[in-house]
Amino acid sequence: MTDEPLLEVENLRVRFETSRGVTEAVRGVSFQVGRERVGIVGESGSGKSMTGRSILRLIRPPGVATADRLMFSGIDLQALSERRMRAMRGRRIAMVMQDPKYSLNPVMRIGSQLVEALKVHERISKSKARERALQMLADVQIRDPERVLSAYPHELSGGMGQRVMIAMMLIPSPDLLIADEPTSALDVTVQLEVLRILDGLVKDRGMGLIFISHDLRLVSTFCDRVLVMYLGKIVEEIDASRLQDAEHPYTRGLLECLPAIGGSHEPLKVLKRDEAWA
Amino acid sequence: MSVSQGAHDPASAEEEAAIAGTGLLPRIAGRFGKTLFSLFVTLFGLLLVTFAIARLVPLDPALAVVGPRATQAQYEAARKEMGLDQPIPVQFVNYLSDVVRGDFGRSNLTSRPVIDDVRDAFPATLELATLATLLGVLLGVPAGVVSAVNQGRWPDHVLRVVGLLGYSMPVFWLGLIALLIFYGQLGWVGGPGQLDVSYELSYELDVTAYTGSILIDSALSGAWDVFANALTHIALPVFVLGYFSLAYISRMTRSFMLEQLGQEYVTAARVKGVPEGRVIWVHALGNAMVPLITVIALSYAALLEGSVLTETVFAWPGLGLYITQALFAADLNAVLGGTVVIGVAFIVLNLLSDLLYTVVDPRAR
Ligand SMILES: Nc1ncnc2c1ncn2[C@@H]1O[C@H](COP(=O)(O)OP(=O)(O)OP(=O)(O)O)[C@@H](O)[C@H]1O
Ligand SMILES: [Mg+2]
Repeated sequence: MTDEPLLEVENLRVRFETSRGVTEAVRGVSFQVGRERVGIVGESGSGKSMTGRSILRLIRPPGVATADRLMFSGIDLQALSERRMRAMRGRRIAMVMQDPKYSLNPVMRIGSQLVEALKVHERISKSKARERALQMLADVQIRDPERVLSAYPHELSGGMGQRVMIAMMLIPSPDLLIADEPTSALDVTVQLEVLRILDGLVKDRGMGLIFISHDLRLVSTFCDRVLVMYLGKIVEEIDASRLQDAEHPYTRGLLECLPAIGGSHEPLKVLKRDEAWA
Repeated sequence: MSVSQGAHDPASAEEEAAIAGTGLLPRIAGRFGKTLFSLFVTLFGLLLVTFAIARLVPLDPALAVVGPRATQAQYEAARKEMGLDQPIPVQFVNYLSDVVRGDFGRSNLTSRPVIDDVRDAFPATLELATLATLLGVLLGVPAGVVSAVNQGRWPDHVLRVVGLLGYSMPVFWLGLIALLIFYGQLGWVGGPGQLDVSYELSYELDVTAYTGSILIDSALSGAWDVFANALTHIALPVFVLGYFSLAYISRMTRSFMLEQLGQEYVTAARVKGVPEGRVIWVHALGNAMVPLITVIALSYAALLEGSVLTETVFAWPGLGLYITQALFAADLNAVLGGTVVIGVAFIVLNLLSDLLYTVVDPRAR
């Protein structure tokens, strides 16, 4: 948690202009991230992924992202040429995506995909790159890295696949990692394990982390700070430890919807929504 | 932070064991064996059909041989000699053993064994279809990729119009127009047939018939003047057929690429900082190639059997022309023999595309 923020976002907007009219997926979001773990929570469609992807400038047409300010460690991301932006991607800012089944190239060996992540940023010999890939696989606690290196994605289980995905995104040592629901496609039994590995690496390397999830409880135990999004806006920003003191009715609603272990047997409350909050 | 950093848990060991351990070669061999078996069944079915057609059409093969003025005794003798007096199952077994030995009977039209006619005609068709498919792939795949990448912008529109023309123009019309312009008016290419008349003699003299393909044989024999002349003759039919192949392949490539470009692994590659060219041509196309192989094989097969019109327009002595002429002359042996050969070509093509499939797609192994 350094003073100098790694990432500054001011008034970020993402619009989709289609033939059926204009949708605003993100409507003026501002926040900062240091070398800390920031969670973004919100219901499906609230604009979490779009926020994450616009930091990497990877919103695909017909989507258009604009911001008053999008600074990454002193660099104005919006002013970069596509070529220099590409040099930032992977090397400085990386993203772990939701489902390893779809986010790994099915016809490419794991080894080639890991080595590629390195090679697009560094001049490095084949054997050196392979060595780094093996080390990185060991870092995400894969026991038999040699074999995984020559495997194809369909030969891995979901938990293994997501560890490979984390390895692939961390191998060039980025400063900021965006994790977009990195465990929601996984079996509950491996979710915690993958989270633990992710958390350990982020801590060890002193990276910043943006952790996107719709699970408020997970985010509150895993992150230092929480941004609550609703209909494309941040409705509350709060320290994870002070979540119980949240003031915004939407956040309170989310909290009240969580079942408490050993709590009362009253039916869970239904989440209340109000257009006026956003 | 409540998630603690602990030791391995047993789940991961189990997961790692899940990486498939069986050898690659046995798996490919197994798959190949299965394909081979299903192809064998297909071939058997094809022969059953051709046999049935031969017995069902109101043409009496014995009568065709002896002629309408033969005596009853001569006719009976011919029937006996051709095995037509045997029970149907026996006839079928005889037919199978004939086919296996390459004996399709004699053509009434050319009075030669059908197998000899086919041996002469097939290389011409194969040459044409192969070059046309090559053209279709080499131009169609890149065109489809460029279309997909520029979806809805002018390169896409231009390429789609070009493809649509290829679909909607009748072959014989396109062929005739091409002949008129490039042969008749401009004189850039050779006319109908495989060679100029003046080269036919040197073809007979200087070229050894290694394969039956004029291009390959003349190159192997070092008869480069014949080779060059043959090239000017094949250029137009290849262009016409290749255009159709291109139209089909580029349209399919475009739609497969659009599907692939929307996949998450493509975004993941971009997140890694992979240059856009590599994202498109290596990542997305690498995956689009999987369904494309089937499309290419289909288009190749269609050219093998469906180039009848092109062969007619260009007087190309291929299998399509041979079968059509045989059909009009009610030359049953020739038609059925040619059909079986095309069927076998289909089956071999199937086997090849299946094999290629396992090369391109690790999931198919
Ligand atoms: N191609 C598109 N065209 C139009 N609108 C789109 C398009 N893609 C996304 N959107 C809009 O963007 C909004 C936000 O999407 P986003 O993926 O950021 O949500 P999310 O918070 O990540 O949800 P989830 O929890 O389901 O992943 C969606 O509600 C949708 O209306
Ligand atoms: Mg999302």
